Amino acid sequence: MGKTCSKRKIVDAVSTSSGRGRKTSFTRLFFLLSPALIIISLLFGGGLALGFLQALGYLPGQGFDQIGLQYFTHVLQDPDFFNSLGISLYISITSTLIAAVVSVILALALMRWAANNRAMHFILQIPLTAPHLVIGIAALFLLSPSGLFSRLFSQLGILTSSSHFPLLVNDRLSIGILTVYIWKEVPFITFMLFAVLKNMGSELDEVGATLNGSKTQRFTHITMPIIAPSLGGACLIVFAFTFGAFEVPYLLGRTYPMALPVWAYKNYSDVDLLARPEGIAIGMLLAGIIILAIVFSQLLLQLSRNRSFSL
Amino acid sequence: MRMRQHLLFWPILLTVALPFIPLLLWSISEQWFYPALLPQNFGTRAYQYVFGTAGNQILTGLFISTALALVTTCISLIFGIPAGRALGLYDFPGKKFATLLLTLPVIVPSLSVAMGLHLWFLRMGLAETFTGVVLIHLTFCLPYTIFVIWGVFSDYNLDFEEQARSLGAPGWKIIFQVMLPMILPGISIAALFSFLLSWSQYLSTLIIGGGKMLTLPILLFSLMDSGDRPVAATVSLVFIVPAFLALMTSAHNLGRNGMEGIR
Repeated sequence: MGKTCSKRKIVDAVSTSSGRGRKTSFTRLFFLLSPALIIISLLFGGGLALGFLQALGYLPGQGFDQIGLQYFTHVLQDPDFFNSLGISLYISITSTLIAAVVSVILALALMRWAANNRAMHFILQIPLTAPHLVIGIAALFLLSPSGLFSRLFSQLGILTSSSHFPLLVNDRLSIGILTVYIWKEVPFITFMLFAVLKNMGSELDEVGATLNGSKTQRFTHITMPIIAPSLGGACLIVFAFTFGAFEVPYLLGRTYPMALPVWAYKNYSDVDLLARPEGIAIGMLLAGIIILAIVFSQLLLQLSRNRSFSL
Repeated sequence: MRMRQHLLFWPILLTVALPFIPLLLWSISEQWFYPALLPQNFGTRAYQYVFGTAGNQILTGLFISTALALVTTCISLIFGIPAGRALGLYDFPGKKFATLLLTLPVIVPSLSVAMGLHLWFLRMGLAETFTGVVLIHLTFCLPYTIFVIWGVFSDYNLDFEEQARSLGAPGWKIIFQVMLPMILPGISIAALFSFLLSWSQYLSTLIIGGGKMLTLPILLFSLMDSGDRPVAATVSLVFIVPAFLALMTSAHNLGRNGMEGIR
């Protein structure tokens, strides 16, 4: 359960504040924490800061005279940017929403009919550990016009040739990409919700039932408010991941418009060295959008919490 | 009730197993033309290619991937255990900020960080080196490890350490003979998942390694481009072996600790 466990810690970190512990001396804390925090600040903070500098046009040896927003404005004026942003937002929002709905249903079903079914829990953990790349390749083998599904339908006599099979990879609606992400992320969100549901127990629901609450009322007034913070946190992680991931849209996406990470890397690795700062600028915009999403959702959470306190 | 459980179980099993079916079939196929549902000829050519002499590059990739993931995991543990302990046991001013600092590298895409670091690494002679790739993997493996160890220490009982101390045990003895044995299941889980995280990296390795560090995922992408499906399928299966091992181990640990892990 390791991955779920640690991811839950991350979900906690973005959804609620956890912490009830002892106090200790500053020196001890310093010795325990500072090596790790220094490494992370240097690599992560340094990486983003240097990336930002390069996106502003800084090149070592050339000095700072080229510094400016020219690469950012160039990227933002490129209609391709909005096409890529659009396809990336479409992919991550759609897959997160579908995965969230499926996960809520699945978590409730597990809770009701299979709370202690070991085999089921083991099977649901498989997608958590399988690398995205491998599942992307498998999706290609399954869904492409000459893939396993197409073969199956033509054996059944439904298809007369592979060209009649609907385009499910490198397609306009990104069906292949969405399928891979939903397959990967549903178990993740489900386990997050399942842990909360299990902690909640059945008492509240029973109280609701004695008060003559209908099934729908109990779901919207008891279950939903309890799972909402975890659901929100898990969805935020899924959204951020699917928005910034490269492998799956690279394998299963269309050549135009490309998902934002794919477009960023294409510019970055372009033989034309002038495209490189633009690629970095796209990478920085990508990071900026995700950081904004986190900050925004934290603020929203704070706001809703304050409101519920005042009520 | 039983019926409902089956109605839930079989569709889930089928959905989870589905992607692995074509991988297995392609890996043992010698000839598989279009409308056929199963390969016309089965064989072990792909496996011989991957593990035989001709597949030397793939074996090297396997070695590089393993070494990278092992080194990254060890460093993550060395720095992650103390940090996780501090976060799990103590409350202190600035804890929220530290949490944010650890959350961001896990969530912000590694491609943004790798693009920024590349030029810096180039100047320091770290680009296209093993060390450079370990450093970029550390950027997210270390915070991830800290989150796992943090969870381990949030229900850790300090009394045992106190007892050892009152019996006169020196600090290093407390660490190696009291603390580490107690948190060993948590450490093994942290290690496995940090290993997996480094093992499945593609783009950050490519950006910093610059085609010199040909790890398994990088070879897998070029195999997909070359169109040799049986070999790509076989390498895919090799690629998920550590993931499967991690799963077995964490299931084993779960069996030992009951459901405490997820509650």
